[in-house]
Amino acid sequence: MNAASLPHSISRREVLKFGGLIVSFALPLPLTAAGNNGKAAADMPKAVAQDRVDGFFAIDRRGNVTVFSGKVDLGTGVRTAITQIAAEELDVPMARVNVIQGDTLLTPDQGPTYGSLSIQNGGVQIRLAAATARRALLREAARRLNIDEQDLTVEAGVVKTKHGNASVRYEELIGSRTLALALEQDAPLKDPNSYTVVGRSQPRLDIPDKVTGRFTYMQDFRIEGMVHGRVVRPPAIGATLLSVDADSVSHVPGLIKVVRRKDFLAVVAKTEWGAVSAARQLKARWSDWQGLPDEDRIWDYVRGTKIVRDDVTSNRGDVEAVLAAADHRLASTYDFAIHTHGSIGPSCAVAVFERGKLTCWSASQATHNLRQQLALMFAMPDTDVRAIYIDGSGCYGRNGHEDAAADAALLAREMDRPVRVQWMRADEHGWDPKGPPTLIDMQAALDAGGNVSAWYSQFYGPDGVAGKVKLVAAELAGMPHEIPMSPGGIIAGMAVPYAFPNVKTLAHRLVSTPLRPSWIRSPGRMQSGFANEAFFDEIAVAANADPFELRRRYLSDDPRAIAVLERLAQLARWQKRSSKASSTAGTASGRGMAFIKYENNRTYVGMVSTVEVVRATGVIAAKHFAVVQDSGQIINPDGVKNQIEGNVVQTVSRTLIERVRFDRSRVTSLDWQTYPILTFPDAPEVEMELIDRPHEKPWGVGEPSAAIVSAAISNAVFDAVGVRLRSVPFTPDKVLAALKTGPNQAKERGR
Amino acid sequence: MQVGPRLTVNPGGGTQVNSRQSISLDVNGRIASLTIDDPATPLLYVLRNDLGLHGPRFGCGLGQCGACTVLLDGSAVRSCVLPAVSAVGHRVVTLEGLGSPEKPHPLQQAFIDEQAVQCGYCINGMIMQAAALMSSNKNPTDAQIKQALAYNLCRCGTHLRIVRAVSRACCGAA
Repeated sequence: MNAASLPHSISRREVLKFGGLIVSFALPLPLTAAGNNGKAAADMPKAVAQDRVDGFFAIDRRGNVTVFSGKVDLGTGVRTAITQIAAEELDVPMARVNVIQGDTLLTPDQGPTYGSLSIQNGGVQIRLAAATARRALLREAARRLNIDEQDLTVEAGVVKTKHGNASVRYEELIGSRTLALALEQDAPLKDPNSYTVVGRSQPRLDIPDKVTGRFTYMQDFRIEGMVHGRVVRPPAIGATLLSVDADSVSHVPGLIKVVRRKDFLAVVAKTEWGAVSAARQLKARWSDWQGLPDEDRIWDYVRGTKIVRDDVTSNRGDVEAVLAAADHRLASTYDFAIHTHGSIGPSCAVAVFERGKLTCWSASQATHNLRQQLALMFAMPDTDVRAIYIDGSGCYGRNGHEDAAADAALLAREMDRPVRVQWMRADEHGWDPKGPPTLIDMQAALDAGGNVSAWYSQFYGPDGVAGKVKLVAAELAGMPHEIPMSPGGIIAGMAVPYAFPNVKTLAHRLVSTPLRPSWIRSPGRMQSGFANEAFFDEIAVAANADPFELRRRYLSDDPRAIAVLERLAQLARWQKRSSKASSTAGTASGRGMAFIKYENNRTYVGMVSTVEVVRATGVIAAKHFAVVQDSGQIINPDGVKNQIEGNVVQTVSRTLIERVRFDRSRVTSLDWQTYPILTFPDAPEVEMELIDRPHEKPWGVGEPSAAIVSAAISNAVFDAVGVRLRSVPFTPDKVLAALKTGPNQAKERGR
Repeated sequence: MQVGPRLTVNPGGGTQVNSRQSISLDVNGRIASLTIDDPATPLLYVLRNDLGLHGPRFGCGLGQCGACTVLLDGSAVRSCVLPAVSAVGHRVVTLEGLGSPEKPHPLQQAFIDEQAVQCGYCINGMIMQAAALMSSNKNPTDAQIKQALAYNLCRCGTHLRIVRAVSRACCGAA
C-alpha cells in the first residue's frame, strides 16, 4: 500500500480502494457485528479493536491476507515473523500475507514496540485472531459443504474434505460480507508438531529491497507539495531565545521561512539542502544556561539526588538482619554511563494538517502514544490525529522519532502545507532522549560453608511513569506536553533468579536526572544485569567456587535454567575453576560467564565471553562469545540468531566505548568522533545455540541477551588480569587505573 | 493537497543570491541534467531528492558513518560531503546501479543469502564500500574485509553477517 495515497480520514470503501482490495468479512456465526447500526459495512471505519478478528485481519477477494499489526518492525525481522505466524495459523502461503504496521487508523493499539514483546504479546494476539478466523472459516465451510468440521482440512487457503472430493476457498467463504468476530480465547491453535512455516528459518521479506535501494524508509518518504524543515536547537538545553536575525539567512537559495515559536526555532526551505544550509547560518541570540551537573562528578550527583520513592522489586527473608549478623560480607558499587541511541539514520518525520486534522508519518515505535501526544500538544481530539509508521533506521528504544514528528507537525501547521523534518547528526546525538546514568550498590553475605546467605541490591535511577517521553518541540514552543519523566521499565531486571534464602532488591527513584531520559535496549535491565552478574562472579571468587557450579547450585529448582547452563558449559568448553587471575602476560586472556532469566519470568540466556587485555595500554578486546538461549517457541531461528548477534555486538560497543559527554550547558558528544561506537575490526565472534521449545510460549529475543554482555566482559577481564571493572564503559583509562591499584575485590568485612 | 504560496518569501527581504547552475551527471550509466541553486549542494542531496534514488542515505553529513557511500569512477566516496559539481565528468554508481531485486549484483545476492541486514540503513555503505574493495582485491581475507569496512558504521550489530556476506561474494560460499 502506498501510504502517501491514503487520505486522512478513511472509510471502509476507501480502504477497499486504497488498500488493494482489503475486504473485511462476516460470516453467519454466533456473534454480533459490533457497532453496525444498520449502516452499510463499507462505510464503517475499519475495526481496530484488539478483541476482534477484523481488528487484525482481512482477506480479500483473491485470497490475499492483510495483517494489521500494532507492533512494528524496527529492523528486527518482526514483519517476517508475524507473517510466518499468520501464514501458519491460517494455512496460507507467506507470499499471500501482507502486514500493515503501526497505523492508528488501521491497526489495533498493541502497545509500543518495546520490551521484547512483539512476538510474545503482539504475535500471540495475532495468532489467536488467526485461529479464531480459521475456526469460523471451517465452520462456514462445513455448513456449505454439508460435512462435519472434523472432516475438513486447510491447505493454502483452501478448505478441503479429508478425502479431497470437495473444497472451497477462504475468499469464497467470505464473499463480500463483513465479520466482526470476537477473539475467542478457546480458538484451537495448531499443533506445533504440524508446523511447516513457524519454527523454520525464513528469509526476511524486506532484505531484497533493502540491499538494492528499492525499500522506502521513512527518510525516503515524500508527498506532494512537501517542503523541508530543519530545527535550530538552543546551544544550551535550558536557554531561552532572545532574538533571531532572519536576515542572516535571506540569501540562502530556496529559503521559505524562519519559524519561531517561543524557544522553538526552525527554518523551512524548498530544498532539503536549502534548509540545512539556512539552519547552519541562522544567527540567533540565546540566554546563558548552565544547569547540568559536573560530568566528572556524575556519580556524586546521582547519589546526592533527592529520592522521591522507593520501589521494592523483590523481598524474601530478612536481608538486613542477616547482613548485620554475617561474618563474611561483600559490598560493591556498580555504575553505568549515560548512553545515546545512536541510530545511523537521524530521526525523520513528515506531517500535514488538512481540514483541521493532522497526519504524521514517522518511524515511531509507538504511533498510538504519539497520536495522543500530538493531540495534547495541538489541543485536538485523538481522533483528529493519524500517526503512521514507516520503517526507519534501527530503533533500540524511544529515540528522536517522536520529537521529529512533533517538529514536523508544528512546522506543518505554521506553513499550512506538508513539511518533512530530518534531524542532523548533532540534533540526534544532542537531543535524543538518553539512557540515564545508573548507580547500583550491591551487598551479599556468605556463611561459613561458602553459601550465599543474603543478597541486597539498591538501584538509583530516575523516577517516572511508563510510556511517553515529553516532546522537545512542545516544551520549547510552550505547548502542552507531558510533565513526568519516562525512563522506561528500568527496575524490571533487578530481581534475581537465584534461590538465596534472603534477598532484597530496592530501587531508589530519583527526582531528576541530568538529560531527558528514555528507554534504550534493555533499559535498567542491562544495568541490573551488569551489576547482578558481575557481583555474582565476585561472590564466586570470595566463596572460592566455580561460577558455573555456583549458578547451578542456586538454580537447581529451574530445569530450563539448568539446561541452558549445561549446554553453555558444553558449547564454551567451560573449564571449572575458581575465578582467579591466571596470567601475568603482557596480553592476558580470560573468560567470563553470565546468565539471566529475563525479568525473572521469561527468556533464559547464558553466555561465556573471551577477552584479551593489554596490560600496557588498558585496551580490552572482546574476542568471542558463546551464547545459549531458551526463548520458548522459536518463530524464525535465523531471525533469533540475528538478534543475538546484534545484541552482543551492540552491547560490546556500549560496554567498552560509549559514554555521552556533556558540559554544564549541553551534550558535547555530537558526532561519531566524540561518541564513537564499535567498528568492524573490533567486532567479536559469536557462537550460538538455541534451545527450541515448540510447545512453550514464544518469548522475546530483542533484549535479553544484551542484558548480560557487560557482566560477561567484566568477569572475563577479572579472569584475565585480576581486577574487577564496575564502571561502564570499560575504557582503557579505567582499566589502567584498576591495574595500578591491583586486586580490587569487593570490600570484605567481618563483623 | 493544498499547495502553499509560491516560494519567494524572504523573511528579511534580503537579496537572494542567484547561483543557479545547470549540471550533467553520469549516474548509473545515464546522463542526468539538472539545475542546482547552490554550488555547495552535496551530491547526496542531488541523488536522493533530484534523482529520487534511495540507495545512498543520509547518516551524519560529516563523512564519518558511510551510509551515503557511492562509487565515483569505481572508488568509494562519501556523497554527503562531496559537492555535486565535483562529480561532473565522473561516473557515479549507486546501490541501484549495481543491481535490482530481480537481477542482484553478487554482493547484493550474498547479503540476501547471509541475511546480512537488520534495519539495513547502513547497508548501502557496506555494499558500496565492499564493491570498491572487490575491484582491487578479488580474494580478501576476513581481516582485510574488516579493515576495508572500518569506517562504515553499523549500529544494529550486523557486523558478523556483513563480513560473511562480503566474503561470500568475493570468495564463494563458506
